[in-house]
Amino acid sequence: MSILADFALSIATGAVRIVDLTFTLSPEFPVIVLPPEFAQASPVRIESLSRYDSNGPGWYWNNITLGEHTGTHFDAPIHWYTGRNLPNNAVDTLPVQTMIAPACVIDCSAEAHADFLLTVAHIAAWEAEHGRIPAGSWVLLRTDWSRRSFRDYANLGEDGAHTPGPDSEVMRFLVQERDILGFGTETIGTDAGQAHHFDPPLPAHHYLHGAGRYGLQCLRNLDQLPAMGSVLVTAPLKILNGSGSPLRVLALIESK
Amino acid sequence: MSDVPAPRNPLRRTRLPISPPRARSRRAHIYTKAAAEGRFLLQRCTECGLYLYPAREACPSCLSADLPPVEAPRGGVVVSETTIRVPADLYFRERAPWRIGVVRLACGPTMISHLHAAVREGEAVVMSFRLDKSGQAVAFAAPAGPVPADRQLREFIADPQHRRVLVTDGRSAVGQEVALALVAAGARLVHVGIAEAWKPFAGEERLRGVDALRIVPLDIASEASVMELAADIAGKTDILVNTADHVRPGGLLTRAGTGHLRGEIEQSYRGFVHLAQSFGPAMLARGADGIDNAVAWVNILSVYALANWPAYGSHSAAQAACLSLSHCLRAELRPGGVRVVNLFTGPVDTEWFQTVPPPKVAPRAIAAALVRSLREGTEDVFVGDVAEDIRRRLADNPKALERELGA
Repeated sequence: MSILADFALSIATGAVRIVDLTFTLSPEFPVIVLPPEFAQASPVRIESLSRYDSNGPGWYWNNITLGEHTGTHFDAPIHWYTGRNLPNNAVDTLPVQTMIAPACVIDCSAEAHADFLLTVAHIAAWEAEHGRIPAGSWVLLRTDWSRRSFRDYANLGEDGAHTPGPDSEVMRFLVQERDILGFGTETIGTDAGQAHHFDPPLPAHHYLHGAGRYGLQCLRNLDQLPAMGSVLVTAPLKILNGSGSPLRVLALIESK
Repeated sequence: MSDVPAPRNPLRRTRLPISPPRARSRRAHIYTKAAAEGRFLLQRCTECGLYLYPAREACPSCLSADLPPVEAPRGGVVVSETTIRVPADLYFRERAPWRIGVVRLACGPTMISHLHAAVREGEAVVMSFRLDKSGQAVAFAAPAGPVPADRQLREFIADPQHRRVLVTDGRSAVGQEVALALVAAGARLVHVGIAEAWKPFAGEERLRGVDALRIVPLDIASEASVMELAADIAGKTDILVNTADHVRPGGLLTRAGTGHLRGEIEQSYRGFVHLAQSFGPAMLARGADGIDNAVAWVNILSVYALANWPAYGSHSAAQAACLSLSHCLRAELRPGGVRVVNLFTGPVDTEWFQTVPPPKVAPRAIAAALVRSLREGTEDVFVGDVAEDIRRRLADNPKALERELGA
């Protein structure tokens, strides 16, 4: 049997299971908040064109408005100044081979308080158990923050958002020493809520995109993935010169 | 009158709104303008000084055609009164018995007037023009001194007492002050919309501590959000106050891109459209639904809707769009007797006008003016010195105002 026929059969029989890592695109879902003098990402807006009514008696369809960085979404290298001069750095020119890739899941759910930071020590501990992170992999930070109410999920205070994320050194390490494909989180950004105070500011964006790597955020159901062995399907919309895109993130896992 | 309205009997058909007689001459719209602004304007002959009523083309004493409307003394005496028990007009028939009378003004003219219940023949009264359910001016005679609640007066005003209100944006200082002022004015229930509930906001505890106030999810820029709230409460909204605004400084060339402009259009113009399409039909249908009927839709607009202030030029333009839309809504809600009130303000004392020198309007002053307007039944309200100044300069010379604002 060919590889693809075998793969299709595995999905049909349930030997390969598909896990949806995506939040529903809805107007209520929190978006990144910047100081109000800056331009803001549009939240999702869904406006009915017709619903079997006088505007279209036999059909239902909507217009939607949304920012490139809304809901479960993908960050392309062009999103950050560090990646602005790289070739093929926008969602319409990214190599499609990178849109299907293996993932490593670092489970920090037990300790992921609001100011939790992923460090190189966590990676070392994970590698001691599961082996070295393979080059070209996604690294996903599991915090279980996707289970929170939207208010606790955004967790905005007087001094900004407090949400878990990576520290500066671990992002440099993952990009430069482990050659990862990208980094994914459950929270609203790939960076921690307070990461604009880090050096460099927003290190996940800085290191990932500067090296042509990707970001994924607002993921869910990471608890259903094994630490090693899953494969992610991450195809952003082909937006002309797009800096990112909402997308459906699917994980393929082998049933035990 | 002071009793809390009873819950609706679901077996009873809701009474449909009927309009009182609508026809007026163009000249008589002097009184429409007066009523809209809560003023008592009569024509006065510049030649002989005679006050005139009703509106005329020429002075009956000296035939002069120079008869400008001026603020006139309001005092008068009821010389006769009539109680109409079976009026021929359908609107008044439903509201009979109805009292009217003849009032002789101290300044000269005689007026046929609606009478407050506390007014009797031979007594001194204070006259005003009020907008009726057709949006047309009528004369109303009230007792001198404090004016008690009155069944006939209530037809001409939008008293918040016993009514249920929606305030669309409770995040803003204006929204919070308006909501609290309406509770203090006797509103039975004030729904306060909060967009993006996941974002904390200042004043939340204060709002949550008030019994008659209920926080509801509402993002007026989202059609779906407005429709969902309307599904629950549109039929229980007697007064809608749109406090949503999105102020950003700058004109067309002083800021790049369209992001801020989009925010202004979404939060003001499109938000207005969503509210009107979701809440308007229910309010229109409930214009005669008992003593807690739907009565008023209030917009809080920048006075620069009337004349662009380039320092806040694109905000002015978005507000001008809302002003235009408000006139459309006013005409469309008129068959229901639901009035559309526009409150015009100068720069408000918030962070978005931080660098603008005083005078600025305190959010509490806007709330107080709004309650006053509802109680008096006005529909064009200018709050604060800047708004009043712009109105005056616009009436005097629009071209001069354009140059001055753009200087």
